[in-house]
Amino acid sequence: MMLQQTTPDTFNYFVVGYTVFFLVMTVYLVSLVVRYRNLKKELELLEELENEG
Amino acid sequence: METKPRWLTVLDVLTAIFFVVAVFLVFVFAPMERTMGLVQKVFYFHVATAWVGMLGFMVAAVAGILYLIKGDRQYDTLGLAAVEISLVFFFVAIIMGSVWARPIWNTWWTWDPRLTTATIVELIYAAYIMLRQGIEDPDRRARFGAVYAILGFLSVPLTFISIRLLRTIHPVVIGSGDPSAEGAFNMSPRMKVAFFYSLFTFSVVFVDLLLHRLRMGKLAARVEELRLKVSA
Repeated sequence: MMLQQTTPDTFNYFVVGYTVFFLVMTVYLVSLVVRYRNLKKELELLEELENEG
Repeated sequence: METKPRWLTVLDVLTAIFFVVAVFLVFVFAPMERTMGLVQKVFYFHVATAWVGMLGFMVAAVAGILYLIKGDRQYDTLGLAAVEISLVFFFVAIIMGSVWARPIWNTWWTWDPRLTTATIVELIYAAYIMLRQGIEDPDRRARFGAVYAILGFLSVPLTFISIRLLRTIHPVVIGSGDPSAEGAFNMSPRMKVAFFYSLFTFSVVFVDLLLHRLRMGKLAARVEELRLKVSA
């Protein structure tokens, strides 16, 4: 009888791998947006302070 | 304040479209590899993220050289932006590689030459970000950043060639590797399409992110300048 090689079930690892990818990328994109907004607010505040002075 | 240019919005949309197509090619179009199963598909984005990592570290080194020659602080902003993005992508590449390794090598991690050198690269550039924060004078910080990015880049080609020169279990995608490598496979034409398209897409993603991070860097420089002015 011939031995047949079956494809291993590695679906869970596939899901984990891509979950890590999408999770880290989402966190990084959100961090970019948040940091940009905070900088904009800080710039507005500093410009106000500069004009007052 | 500088508004977002229209061409950058167009690039954002194009990047998103390229990315969705890449996901389709990897998840649906590329066939499942028979000996590894679905986890082999991790390989496409693993290599692409590692590529972006190395590309960004190279951009930072070039920006460092240009800063030392011209003394323009915009090159420092470019170097920092490139390192930050690459650090994230390289981290993802290492984690995805570890997830792939678990069913294929039967371990999450091994101190193989490629994995070791990749970890060293990640730590070198993490230190770049941390050490910069400890320098208050912008010119000194930029000079330090430039020299560090140039010297730090020496670790990148070392990582790239480690699997080609040293005895390793990490497979080589392009070119011939160590025969003892575990998890190597021949790519079918459809796999090649998904692989090269992913590399292309991630290069575009890198450029798009770099442009956004540059805008943020310029804003941060303006804030720092005003902060010094107001507090003086």
